[in-house]
Amino acid sequence: MFRYIVRRLLQMVLTFFGATFIVYALMFANQDDPLQALAGERPLTQNVRQALTERYHLNDPFLVQYWYYMKGLLTGDFGTSLTGRRIGDMMTQAWPVTIRLALIAIVIAATVAVVAGVISGIRRGSLFDNVTLVITLIILSLPIIVLAPLCQLIFGIKLGWFPPTAGAHPSFWALVLPALVLGSLVIATELRVTRASVAENLRSDYVRTARAKGLSRNRVIGVHVLRNSLIPVVTLIGVDIGGLMSGAIVTEGVFNIPGVGFNLFRGIRTEDGPLVVGFVSILVIVFLVVNLLVDLLYAALDPRIRYE
Amino acid sequence: MSDLEAVAAAAGPSGEAPVQPRHKSKTDKPRSLAGDAWIDLRKSKIFWTAAVLVLIIVLMALFPSLFGAGNPRECILARQHGAASGSAILGYDYQGCDVYAKTIYGARNSLQVGLLATLISGVIGLIFGLSAGYFGGWLDAILSRFIDVVLGIPFLLAAIVLAKRLSADPNSNGVLAVTITLGVLGWTTAARIMRSSVIASKNQDYVAAARMLGSGPARLMMRHILPNSTASFIVVLTILLGTNIASEATLSYLGIGLKGDAISWGISISEAGAFVRTAPGPLIWPSIFLAVTVLAFIMLGDAVRDAFDPKLR
Repeated sequence: MFRYIVRRLLQMVLTFFGATFIVYALMFANQDDPLQALAGERPLTQNVRQALTERYHLNDPFLVQYWYYMKGLLTGDFGTSLTGRRIGDMMTQAWPVTIRLALIAIVIAATVAVVAGVISGIRRGSLFDNVTLVITLIILSLPIIVLAPLCQLIFGIKLGWFPPTAGAHPSFWALVLPALVLGSLVIATELRVTRASVAENLRSDYVRTARAKGLSRNRVIGVHVLRNSLIPVVTLIGVDIGGLMSGAIVTEGVFNIPGVGFNLFRGIRTEDGPLVVGFVSILVIVFLVVNLLVDLLYAALDPRIRYE
Repeated sequence: MSDLEAVAAAAGPSGEAPVQPRHKSKTDKPRSLAGDAWIDLRKSKIFWTAAVLVLIIVLMALFPSLFGAGNPRECILARQHGAASGSAILGYDYQGCDVYAKTIYGARNSLQVGLLATLISGVIGLIFGLSAGYFGGWLDAILSRFIDVVLGIPFLLAAIVLAKRLSADPNSNGVLAVTITLGVLGWTTAARIMRSSVIASKNQDYVAAARMLGSGPARLMMRHILPNSTASFIVVLTILLGTNIASEATLSYLGIGLKGDAISWGISISEAGAFVRTAPGPLIWPSIFLAVTVLAFIMLGDAVRDAFDPKLR
């Protein structure tokens, strides 16, 4: 177990540096003249130019610049965005919003997926099962750029059940519709995995034993089948985090939520290099850590899993 | 039976060594996995629905004029958000363009980008998966870690950054940039599937027999290992084609995919999004076409996988 964690951590370090390096290189390579971009229309004197070049290490080789950036990043200094705001401040405002949104999305998605998945797993081949499978197939293939504006149109504007946009300090109710849209990304796979593992566990020996002992149907399904069927679903959440974060870029844009995706998207449009690299680095770290935690949780939940 | 007969015949009266037992007789051949799958597929409603939809979409991409669409580039501002009429059955958008024509013509770019990107991913995935699975050892270790690194980056983030960088040229319409972006980022699943099915089949007896008969690595891979891995590989690529079309639309929607005068469902959805309160039509129609296209390819892949997976029978 210990060796496994160490190996995973080393792999994470590799992935982290690989990913941040690629993003850094793509955002900062072949920039025309960053100093002129900083100064805008005004001409720069030679002295100022020299001072700025030294301050931002612009004459150093690319790898050295990357090193300086990573040093700042790892000591908590994200630098300033092109608009002059401190990126650290922007993050402390954006992250809580996105975390709330993602949590609501995960809770809604997991609840619906587990309930519907268990029912269709128990009644395989029934009408409910077939309808659910068709619905998941449709949800699976609805791109979020289709789902988000359509939900906004139908539930936000036509029916008026939810506020169509969230605004600067979104309330819980304003986040429910975006969370539903975001959760739909993961609901289909979670439901299908639940259904498959319930169906598989129902045929297993220990369920037959439990039935033979005369346990009630509710207890067999609620305790024996459900607990074992939820293990693969838990692991899916780790994979889902990546999808949720990608989906947040579009969803937060459509519903006007000032979260991570919203900032990131604006940064990419305005070619705000420091902002993009900073946000992406943190996103990658979150993604990696969650995946590691989920894998460890998997071993804790299922004693049959042993990591060498 | 047929294999044994072929070997017996080759080792027959002439006394030669059994050279190549691959000229099987085509008659009374037991049904292969593919044959079984085809019989399953013919009964599947999902498969036929998907196949018909895909056919319509391909026709739309190849011959948009077949569908009676007008000129998608003829936009007259006076017709802004105009109601549906005889020639433009879905009405006009903000710029006064024919919504039906733009939606029909949008299929071509989507399909083109999707197909080419899938092809790139397929080739990369094939080469990486095949060599990692066949040679194993340090090559496998390096390639597998590399796949882990690529999978460690959330897909859309990587696609946005890469597409932004590749489409720096303001004169291009972005088709090439998006194709390369999606192709370069999408191969990981295909490579993993390839690798695991190669590992599963490379230790089979028939591969060992072929190796003993003197086949080199290239021949072993192409003739003996690859044919057994193609089914799942093609399924993955079909589903990837669907997701690539969705990703192209998403990138175009975000303003970093297709651009300029390119016609794309993603651009149409993005443009119509601002006027959704007053004119929802230009938003709804491209959305439906995009969703149905993606659905068709994913359904096709799903149906074929179910047919090929004996565990689900």
